[in-house]
Amino acid sequence: MTVLSSVRPIFRAVVSTVVPEASQLDEQGWAELEALVEAALRDRPPAMQRQLRLFLWMIQWLGVFRYGRGFTFLNADRRTRLLFLLQDHRIELIRCGFWGLRTLAFLGFYGRAEAVQVIGYAADPRGWGVPR
Amino acid sequence: MTRRSYDIVIVGSGAGGGTVAQELSPLCREGVRIAVLEKGPKLRDEEFTGRELEMAQALYEDSGGFLTAEQTMTLAFGCAYGGSTAVYTGTSLLPPQRILERWNVPQLAIADVEQRARKFAEENNVHFLEDSLINENNRLFVEGCRGLNYRVQQFPVNLKGCRGSSLCNLGCPNQAKQGTNRVQLPRAESNGVEVITRCEVLRIGEKTIFARVHAKPAGGKGEPSSWETGDYQIDAQVIVVCAGAVNSPALLMRSGLARKLSRLGHGFTCHPAIIMVAEHNRAITNFVGHPKSFYLDQFAESDRFLLETCMYFPFITAKAMAGFGKEHSRFMQAFARLQMILVLACDEVSAHNRVIIDGAGRTSVHYRFTPEVMRGLVQGSITSAKIFFAAGAVRVHLPVAQFPTIERAESERLDQIAEHPDFKPGKLSISAAHLQGGCAMGSGPRDSVTDAYGRVHGIPWLFVADSSLFPNSLEINPYLTIMALADRVAETIRKEARTLL
Repeated sequence: MTVLSSVRPIFRAVVSTVVPEASQLDEQGWAELEALVEAALRDRPPAMQRQLRLFLWMIQWLGVFRYGRGFTFLNADRRTRLLFLLQDHRIELIRCGFWGLRTLAFLGFYGRAEAVQVIGYAADPRGWGVPR
Repeated sequence: MTRRSYDIVIVGSGAGGGTVAQELSPLCREGVRIAVLEKGPKLRDEEFTGRELEMAQALYEDSGGFLTAEQTMTLAFGCAYGGSTAVYTGTSLLPPQRILERWNVPQLAIADVEQRARKFAEENNVHFLEDSLINENNRLFVEGCRGLNYRVQQFPVNLKGCRGSSLCNLGCPNQAKQGTNRVQLPRAESNGVEVITRCEVLRIGEKTIFARVHAKPAGGKGEPSSWETGDYQIDAQVIVVCAGAVNSPALLMRSGLARKLSRLGHGFTCHPAIIMVAEHNRAITNFVGHPKSFYLDQFAESDRFLLETCMYFPFITAKAMAGFGKEHSRFMQAFARLQMILVLACDEVSAHNRVIIDGAGRTSVHYRFTPEVMRGLVQGSITSAKIFFAAGAVRVHLPVAQFPTIERAESERLDQIAEHPDFKPGKLSISAAHLQGGCAMGSGPRDSVTDAYGRVHGIPWLFVADSSLFPNSLEINPYLTIMALADRVAETIRKEARTLL
């Protein structure tokens, strides 16, 4: 059992809100993204892994309390609004929790070789020696 | 538990440990046995690929994302052969006289520290990069600063054969940076010093070290340790702790020294930093060329911030920007058109900010942003935005603003934002890589942990030689100062070798 296995749909919904291009990913793209996130979480304390799952469930239920539907069933605008609430929340711990989650989303998305290529980042060990 | 014995054991192989190892290595010819214990791995040259996530995992503690206890800042420090010198950009500044005067450490002569720093500058080939190798990311910073009449300065750097990969912070793939992994450690090893990698020091007892050698993880980078996996007790006549500003105080605490040394772990500073990003309307050379060639320090005294050029990688850049969604993506998709500036706050020692260990011996860094640090970061961000626009940027990402995207036509809003910034810890991405203090030098156990030569108060055989010695923030990139202080520690040990060994 992996860290994300019980919260995969919520995680994917959050990632697609944080990085809208993620909604275009196919199953292989998602698998690659999630493998990077799982690898990053592997060495983190079990308590942190539990907090991540708990935070994702909290986001799912926040959708129910605010809009009458779980986060995964909301449209993109409502998802965005809800995540902005967390990002700017008056409680520092909640802001930190969201910061951690968005960091994982960026890690998974921009850690992929394909995403790096799409944004035009092409650093090369040969530096100035690469014809551009 | 396997038992080993040396005359001198050095814990850590970064700017401090590498220097001490080199400077003590002539003693090996007289039969003195010296070992360096390094927690991280030693990578083969071909393993430096420049790929962001895999290199961060291989070379940094916690992949460069060591979180403070408050979870509002990440600390980046190396965990490899060469320590943080394997992952810095090679910027090499002499210690500022005004700072050393302010430190006011008895017997720490400013001229002596400067002279030693110059020695290592020469040894590490420190020079100004020639003009033809400066990329547009750096040139635009100079242009913007000059347009605003700021006194921009060029960084001296310790490079030899730089090919401009821009990958310094992921370990130079061309071995051009003259860190301790390239200069001091190989020299020490050729003189007879033994370097044991993947060796984590757990605690120090009376002239003895308890350590654990880890196996190379499956699929991981680097050579296996030269020692068998397992637990070791290593006896030594002299122990020099050079594990950095987080791990050195934590190690001494785990060794039960906090009772004797009330200042242990206190005085932690780190130059908290924000990465600023701006978009130009054309592609610029940014991910080719040395990333950090210029800086601006004229506001260090008045407004408590420094600006440096920088160029980061896709994940770090995405993480550094505030917010998410379409606006965020727009900047990321313009990567080839991005200019970057690093804003560093000149933080001061404060009572809350310190290294501690918990009941299980785990290390924790407590850090809260003081009003002065927040002001410094805000002023530095606003100044950076002005520099970007003066250099021709079309839009700036300003993390301290409620709505971070500032178009060129709105640049007059900058001063208003400075009056009412949106600085919420936990929302902003703040990171630090200049970790200092925790085992400060001073006059006695009431105000410090060591004397001016790095000797721990009351323990003649135990020394510290790294940035944890700094009594307060250095306000510049610290590595030449660390080497100078480590050189003083090594000289003291050499002079006293007959009585110590």
